Amino acid sequence: MSRTPLVAMTEDDARYVREAPAPALSPPITSVGVLGWMKANLFSSWPNVFLTLATIALLVWIVPPTVRFLLIDAVWSGSDRTACLAPEGGETGACWAFVRERMSYFIYGSYPVAERWRVDLFFALVALGGGWMLWLDAPHRGLGAVFFFAAVPIASYVLLYGWPTIGLAIVDTSLWGGVLVTVVVTTVGIVTSLPIGIVLALGRRSDMPVVRLMSVVFIEFVRGVPLITVLFMASVMLPLFVPPAWSPDKLLRALIGVMLFAAAYQAEVVRAGLEAIPRGQYEAGRALGLGYWRLHRLIVLPQALRITIPNIVNSFIALFKDTTLVFVAGIFDFLRTIEVSRADPKWATPVTSATGYAFAAIVYFVCCYLMARYADSVERRLARADRR
Amino acid sequence: MMTEQSAGTEPTKGAFAVEVKSLHKWFGAFHVLADINLNVRHGERVVICGPSGSGKSTLIRCVNALEDYQRGEIVVDGVVLTKNLKRVDEVRREVGMVFQQFNLFPHLTVLENCTLAPMHVRKMPKAEAEAIARRLLARVKIPEQADKYPAQLSGGQQQRVAIARALCMNPRIMMFDEPTSALDPEMIKEVLDVMVELAEEGMTMLVVTHEMGFARQVADRVVFMDGGQIIEIDTPDVFFSNPQHERTKLFLSQIIR
Repeated sequence: MSRTPLVAMTEDDARYVREAPAPALSPPITSVGVLGWMKANLFSSWPNVFLTLATIALLVWIVPPTVRFLLIDAVWSGSDRTACLAPEGGETGACWAFVRERMSYFIYGSYPVAERWRVDLFFALVALGGGWMLWLDAPHRGLGAVFFFAAVPIASYVLLYGWPTIGLAIVDTSLWGGVLVTVVVTTVGIVTSLPIGIVLALGRRSDMPVVRLMSVVFIEFVRGVPLITVLFMASVMLPLFVPPAWSPDKLLRALIGVMLFAAAYQAEVVRAGLEAIPRGQYEAGRALGLGYWRLHRLIVLPQALRITIPNIVNSFIALFKDTTLVFVAGIFDFLRTIEVSRADPKWATPVTSATGYAFAAIVYFVCCYLMARYADSVERRLARADRR
Repeated sequence: MMTEQSAGTEPTKGAFAVEVKSLHKWFGAFHVLADINLNVRHGERVVICGPSGSGKSTLIRCVNALEDYQRGEIVVDGVVLTKNLKRVDEVRREVGMVFQQFNLFPHLTVLENCTLAPMHVRKMPKAEAEAIARRLLARVKIPEQADKYPAQLSGGQQQRVAIARALCMNPRIMMFDEPTSALDPEMIKEVLDVMVELAEEGMTMLVVTHEMGFARQVADRVVFMDGGQIIEIDTPDVFFSNPQHERTKLFLSQIIR
């Protein structure tokens, strides 16, 4: 070999020249694959081992009984309580037969059976308009906005409440119930609370002391009062102050209560976004001759709303769950219809209540989870746009 | 005193592009501008310099009403700046402003940054606004960046977009508030080059800067401010070679090495 005796001359390794590439070896068995992953993620240290084992124990404790109750031992069909009664006084699993039989009540409340197509049409309209708005690449979104924010509300009112002139009988709101009410309250709350919240947030930052004071008083008052109190006031106290003839519909009162309540929270969310916009953005806009409204519409709000999307959606989810409180105003929302049904002697079994609540929990969870996932995808889309 | 006239498209109104008469401004109890008198002729390039805190930025911010003032009068292109917001917007349309921190709109592309004000303030059709914007982006030598977002550009490019954005409104007066102070050294020249070109085309310019080379090359007059007052106004020749006031001499000895 003709190489220079490098290795020989340096015992201290101060100099080194590689003569041949190091052979590619396969990694130790404990660092790859399932074993490697488990070692790195589940058993990397003693606290980690403890947490892993505790989690496994928790899952073993919770999952099998839940699956047994919801699926394995569940009763899927039957026409009354006897189907869900275990012999010997034991307990069966979830009584899905009860949910199946009561489903139309959960969806429509006491809405007259013959008129329920109107509710279905309403659901279809909301789904179409909402989908159009939520699908960000949808064609003609401007038209979609007009449809969702103008056409759908008017059509829904006519459809649901009725208009005798065109042959739609009046259905009093006291008959509305179930998913119908939940959807109405949630959509109205979501669609109205954000614009009102934006106006309140701008008002709170206004240069005009009166506007600012009014906004602050409204926001702080509403934030300082539980929603349930607002609803009580709307349903119990309002009639004391206004003559009965003026007294608006019970559902409408609850709607306004929810709307104002959500708007106050939304206002604070939006304000946080507004605070984050640097002063230079306002100055640049003003220096270009943009007035207050154009400055906010074109420059400030697009940026402020973008950074607050997670919080806005968080408020929407909270609002959706808070709609269950309208029951205090005597309105039969989805949860209330379950609540009423579970007390029905026809279905009185030891598992009826648990089944009803489990059903409600699943429905609410799925809806909230979908909202969160959707917001997540919008956020990631915007983040991608920012990186461009 | 000038009679109030509405700013329109006809060329010159009044003898001066900007008139500042006995201007006083306080931040709380702090007298930030004291007895400022300055007239800028049409087509004139005025460079304002001075140590930091001397009130030079505040002065030009007063000229397009980003700051208010307590005493005196400012007339921009024949329009007296009052509290009347309509008047203020009229003035702002005619005065382009370039900031130290660029202040581009990060949620809009470069092109959209440039077309926003012409479309929404001047009610210009989109196609026309875009044509003008592209022409001006070419003039500041970044036509190829039109569809990018501000965050993708270097500081020097961003500042040139800011200049193009201001020019898109076809202003009569351009004001620069330390346009190169936030830039890395190697980007200062590309921005100054654009400003020199603009000056050569006859734009009325009011420039707050520490770039004495630019002042020497471009300015018709140099204004030196200190402690909220104008200390000295002179042509660059005299200003740099034979400053009169002690404070000007001190300032120049510190800034020119």
